[in-house]
Amino acid sequence: MSQGFRAPSSFALSAVSAFWHRFSDMVQYNFKKITKVPTGKDFVDIVLSRTQRQTPTVVHKGYAINRIRQFYMRKVKFTQTNFHEKLSTIIEEFPRLDDIHPFYGDLLHVLYNKDHYKLALGQINTARNLIGKIAKDYVKLLKYGDSLYRCKALKVAALGRMCTVTKRIGPSLAYLDQIRQHMARLPSIDPNTRTILICGYPNVGKSSFINKITRADVDVQPYAFTTKSLFVGHTDYKYLRYQVIDTPGILDRPFEDRNIIEMCSITALAHLRAAVLFFLDISGSCGYTIAQQSALFHSIKSLFMNKPLIIVCNKTDLQSLEGISEDDKKLVEEMKSEAMKTLIGQGGEPREGAEVLLTMSTLTEEGVIAVKNAACERLLDQRVEIKMKSKKINDCLNRFHVAVPKPRDQKERPPCIPQAVLEAKAKEAEKEKKRLERDLEEENGGAGVYSASLKKHYLLANDEWKEDNMPEILDGHNVYDFVDPDILQRLEELEKEEGLLQEQEDDEVDMDVEDLTPQQQKELAEIRKKKSLLIREHRIKKSTAESRPTVPRKFDKDKKFTSERMGRQLSSLGLDPSKAMERVRSKSRGRKRERSTDHGGDDMNVDDDGSNKKMRVRLLSRSGSRSRSRPPTDVVVPGEGFKDSAQKVKAFKLGKKSVQKRNKDARKGEGDRVIPTLKPKHLFSGKRSNGKTTRR
Amino acid sequence: MRLEKCWFCSSTIYPGHGIQFVRNDAKIFRFCRSKCHKNFKMKRNPRKVKWTKAYRRLHGKDMTQDATFEFERKRNRPERYDRNLTENTLKAIKTIDKVRFRREETHHKNRMKGKVAKERKEARKELDQQIHMLVAPGAMVKDTFAAKVTVKVQHESTDENRMEE
Repeated sequence: MSQGFRAPSSFALSAVSAFWHRFSDMVQYNFKKITKVPTGKDFVDIVLSRTQRQTPTVVHKGYAINRIRQFYMRKVKFTQTNFHEKLSTIIEEFPRLDDIHPFYGDLLHVLYNKDHYKLALGQINTARNLIGKIAKDYVKLLKYGDSLYRCKALKVAALGRMCTVTKRIGPSLAYLDQIRQHMARLPSIDPNTRTILICGYPNVGKSSFINKITRADVDVQPYAFTTKSLFVGHTDYKYLRYQVIDTPGILDRPFEDRNIIEMCSITALAHLRAAVLFFLDISGSCGYTIAQQSALFHSIKSLFMNKPLIIVCNKTDLQSLEGISEDDKKLVEEMKSEAMKTLIGQGGEPREGAEVLLTMSTLTEEGVIAVKNAACERLLDQRVEIKMKSKKINDCLNRFHVAVPKPRDQKERPPCIPQAVLEAKAKEAEKEKKRLERDLEEENGGAGVYSASLKKHYLLANDEWKEDNMPEILDGHNVYDFVDPDILQRLEELEKEEGLLQEQEDDEVDMDVEDLTPQQQKELAEIRKKKSLLIREHRIKKSTAESRPTVPRKFDKDKKFTSERMGRQLSSLGLDPSKAMERVRSKSRGRKRERSTDHGGDDMNVDDDGSNKKMRVRLLSRSGSRSRSRPPTDVVVPGEGFKDSAQKVKAFKLGKKSVQKRNKDARKGEGDRVIPTLKPKHLFSGKRSNGKTTRR
Repeated sequence: MRLEKCWFCSSTIYPGHGIQFVRNDAKIFRFCRSKCHKNFKMKRNPRKVKWTKAYRRLHGKDMTQDATFEFERKRNRPERYDRNLTENTLKAIKTIDKVRFRREETHHKNRMKGKVAKERKEARKELDQQIHMLVAPGAMVKDTFAAKVTVKVQHESTDENRMEE
């Protein structure tokens, strides 16, 4: 069969693989589509509320018995159907560990324990069956229910039992939900496609490698077991996509002692048909010597059956392969020979040993691409070999022809690249990386500490001015409003103008009107003071005019208008007041002199002559007209109606007595009921804003 | 940072003071304090409110047109920084201020030119007309006649008497 076709070129190989895709089944293991598993209580709530909403709710005891029975049977059946439905979806959606790819089966077993998983699903199944049975029994009983109450009780019992069953499987449901959440986060690894697996001790540089060749961003840290689960990245080679799987580090331990994390990598190694890159740290900076690492290699070499194996020596920047000790070199040679065995075992021609043992450094990035290419190439070869050998190839091979142009002569025609392009490429290689602002920032303390000077690239007439702070405000003006290229010239013009103006200014102050003498000024001031006083008084009077009666209750209450005052005012005006005062006094005195002759023995007049001139004037004014015509009190005049003089005297006495109280109260007459403000509030109440109120 | 002018009273608004009001037609009104803001809300015309600059300029109380005002103008074109130009500008601002101040003083003086003469005239008039508040007219008249003129007529009478004898 092998002479039937010549060894296809690499292009052909990749073409075959691409073509083959249409025939392999690409089941995407996507555990993200599993519906959420509700908790026991929630489950019960969901189903019962659904029953309540979606079945008729109204029933009366007056209905026909069949109708009542039907009503309740419907409820029971409906609830059972709902439970059945929901539990079935759970059971179906969770993957059966035996039916899926053994890699996933084993991975799930490693993570969740197959037995527990199966048990949980089994319990769900049992619950489903139990609920079915309950429903059947109760429906049978309901057929013979004879009253509404009986039927209702049966329905309540049925629903209650179903709910109890569901509550009992509550823990399983919770467990399944946890699994579901974890499964959704598993990396989506396709077990059938081209895969490269990276394994080795912890801290040898596996995650750094995958970070370099793919877009995956795996955590790289100095401590061991940084990677705790499988990570997937994708890389391209010869127009094909390769999956690169990063595993957690494996320690050299007996199989039984391995923990879950290590088991993940072991599972991956065991089940995935992938090219294996065994990483070796030849500098020993991972904390393990080459001896330990080679011991691990030998213990797991059984897993490398039928897989293209490449041994990668990492961290050559710290220690080169030639520089290691003799013993280590021997160990490395041993590993290489093992790897060669796998190569030969695959039936490939034994090429140079370089293909099996490679060196690289992820830090300086030398050799990384070479490793990737070697791994991809080896894997591709192996896969094509296998496919070629299978039976299916015959179906497609005859449909498939690679056309190669027949060479017309032996002349070599290499690709033509213009010289300029070659030169440019060479120059690019030697050009240094430009120093960016970012690097500057990093050097000077990072983002929060360093602030870039935005003025660095300013184009100014003089470079010294770059860091100047221009003032924006001066003396209440905006400086920017004044900036003008020819400001100096304009300023000069202004100053010239100013000079001229100052000369023209007149200093004379026209004084054709003389100032007043000091004496005159004093007089003027007095005049103005008096005028202002009058105006002020008038203003006060005007403001109270509305509330003040036009005719005052009492004229001259404060006794301002005395003759002395008049005299004072007249003399201040420069007039002689004596005559005026005499005139005023004579008028009052005249009356008084006449009055005193009639008074004689009137003992009713209690007032002294000297005191209370006011009252006397009043009395005089009131009785002035009558004073001359009135006869003495005890003379009985016939027309008056008195019996005798004693009676008349008594009458006058009584009259005077009645008036006495009123006069004392300063009442004008019997009709005077004015109540003045005896206790003005502002004098008898209130706190003082400052000071004490100990007396009022 | 810019110093703005109050829309109502035309005083400068320093940063951190006042209120800006943006109307629906996108016109911006800036006020230096709540007094101006409240006056604006009352729809008062600043040209009629005595203490504002608008009124004073309109009614000729303050200087309106002058060469010093031409220096301060909002230019929207950015200029390249020049240290010498900035120095000159800063010095110029100070001299321009001085000049403007002097000119405002002369303006005020011119405005108040005839005031002293007028005041004095009024004072004199008041003194003449209102003197009755201090001294009664009668007293003043008496004074004029009060001064008795003593005339020495003795010689003539004696001569005549002697002659008759």
